[in-house]
Amino acid sequence: MLGKILTILIYLGIVSYLGYKGWKETKLAPDYMLAGREMNPLVMAFSYGATFISTSAIIGFGGAAGMFGFSLLWLTFANIFVGVFLAMILFGKRTRRMGLVLKSLTFPELLGRRYDSRFIQGFAGLIIFIFIPVYSAAVLIGISRMIEISLHIPYDLTLILVTLILAVYVITGGLKAVMYTDSFQGLIMVIMMVILLLHTYSLLGGVIPGHQALTDMANLMPEKLQKGGMQGWTQGASFGTPLWLTIYTTIVYGVGIGVLAQPQLAIRFMTVSSDRELNRAILYGGIFILLMTGVAFIVGSLSNAVFYQLFDKISIQMAKGNIDKIIPVYIEKVMPSWFAALFLLAMFAAAMSTLSSQYHTGGTSLGRDFFEQALRTSRKGSITITRVGVCAAILATLIWSWSLPPSIIARATAFFFGLCAASFLPMYLFGLYWRGMTKAAAISSMLGGFLTSMFWLVFMHKKEAAALGICKTLFGTAALTAGAPKGSWAWLLQWVDPNVVALPIALVLAVLVSLFTQKYTREHLDYCWSNF
Amino acid sequence: MLGLGSLETALAFWLCIVATLICIIYGAVNWNKEGTPDKVKSEKIVTPPGQQEKDQ
Repeated sequence: MLGKILTILIYLGIVSYLGYKGWKETKLAPDYMLAGREMNPLVMAFSYGATFISTSAIIGFGGAAGMFGFSLLWLTFANIFVGVFLAMILFGKRTRRMGLVLKSLTFPELLGRRYDSRFIQGFAGLIIFIFIPVYSAAVLIGISRMIEISLHIPYDLTLILVTLILAVYVITGGLKAVMYTDSFQGLIMVIMMVILLLHTYSLLGGVIPGHQALTDMANLMPEKLQKGGMQGWTQGASFGTPLWLTIYTTIVYGVGIGVLAQPQLAIRFMTVSSDRELNRAILYGGIFILLMTGVAFIVGSLSNAVFYQLFDKISIQMAKGNIDKIIPVYIEKVMPSWFAALFLLAMFAAAMSTLSSQYHTGGTSLGRDFFEQALRTSRKGSITITRVGVCAAILATLIWSWSLPPSIIARATAFFFGLCAASFLPMYLFGLYWRGMTKAAAISSMLGGFLTSMFWLVFMHKKEAAALGICKTLFGTAALTAGAPKGSWAWLLQWVDPNVVALPIALVLAVLVSLFTQKYTREHLDYCWSNF
Repeated sequence: MLGLGSLETALAFWLCIVATLICIIYGAVNWNKEGTPDKVKSEKIVTPPGQQEKDQ
């Protein structure tokens, strides 16, 4: 216990030094918001990766892998191929170039200036400000569960302690401080995940024997999951069953595609000085993500085999039914104690890097995008509002963390990723590539995607609809899809992620409305395109 | 198949490695390619919150 606390204190000392270094180098707003646009590619890649991957991915989705098995590796594939390769090549390069011309300091500002619309910037800022706390709550729950199990500190107290440490760190530092500490944290995470993978495979006698041991355990899959369509941890789920829909529409598609329109990631493209840095970041980023989510999902799945050999129980039994506790319990029960201390540190690092970016994004969305740009308040006023925004985002995160039910991390993350994709992705993609996209189309696409997502969550997707209770109050049923005949396509819709419906609607609206509404002037488009 | 119980999961396992290799190869081949130079310079337009308040 003392060792764990000392390790954390030493780590906090190093992070404070790096934060101070970044703060001292921060002189101007582009420094504060975009790290001076001159970041080293290794720092940028590690920062992008460390922000992208957090306790949510490792503990939340790693725990989900403990339930659903190796199918989750499709998400790792999407993370690497879509979230790094395509994101940097298709989105990163043009985002950096257009962001530079349009002097954008935030993601909503890039969209707002590309479409010459204060409404777009303000509305996007407001969506991000209101909903990013759900995602940050997922991250906060992840690290708090880890600390609860590792240091035996009560969960509620952990939530407050972690929030206090982060609040000081985010409010004082700008993006430069955040990115320096991110890259240090990324390095710790890489080392820990490599050890975790090697140790797990060695416990099971190697790669193939380890996989085989899990394959042979298919009959131990809990009955409830078998009824939902699961065949085994390495066998996957039967096509079209409720769990197949959950794995592929919510986890793989929702999160895998949603990453492309994440505001806290998109601004990182604008922190480097040329395409060269993005090319190099692809190399680092690909390896980093494989070592993070790839290892987390493999170890999460294999934890069943290890637990069964050591304790005669599968992972979800060891975690007493809470998916979010599978990885923390595995670290505590299976890994050596020195590793548990360092892994806790790595998770603390992962949580800090993501939470700091989320709070930073939440604060600037309210202060700069909504108040300063959309409502035209004074800059001095908006600075105060940004700080209030950061504090409000922190507080909202804490409240969400208290009120969300167990086994929620992966779902809360998927919710925010999906919402961002449906609301922003078509407008962002066409904004970078299609001169024919109109202002009316951009607004219709954003509102259409957002409202469809919300409608689906409130009335169709059973888990959220039942938890919110609005559908029950209005129509007397938990979800409109719940009453359909069992096994019919309408019945299956209650497991289909909102994004499966909302994103195509947003895409169609973007194209159709563009065809019939007023185009931008050639001057405006030439200006936006001037750095391509 | 590496001991995995279905083509679906084995394919995902291999694709993760292939995707990483694609990233490594792309990054290595384009290591020094800067693309066309930027036509605009980054402008230091606004001072950060702390600095600005000190300036005022």
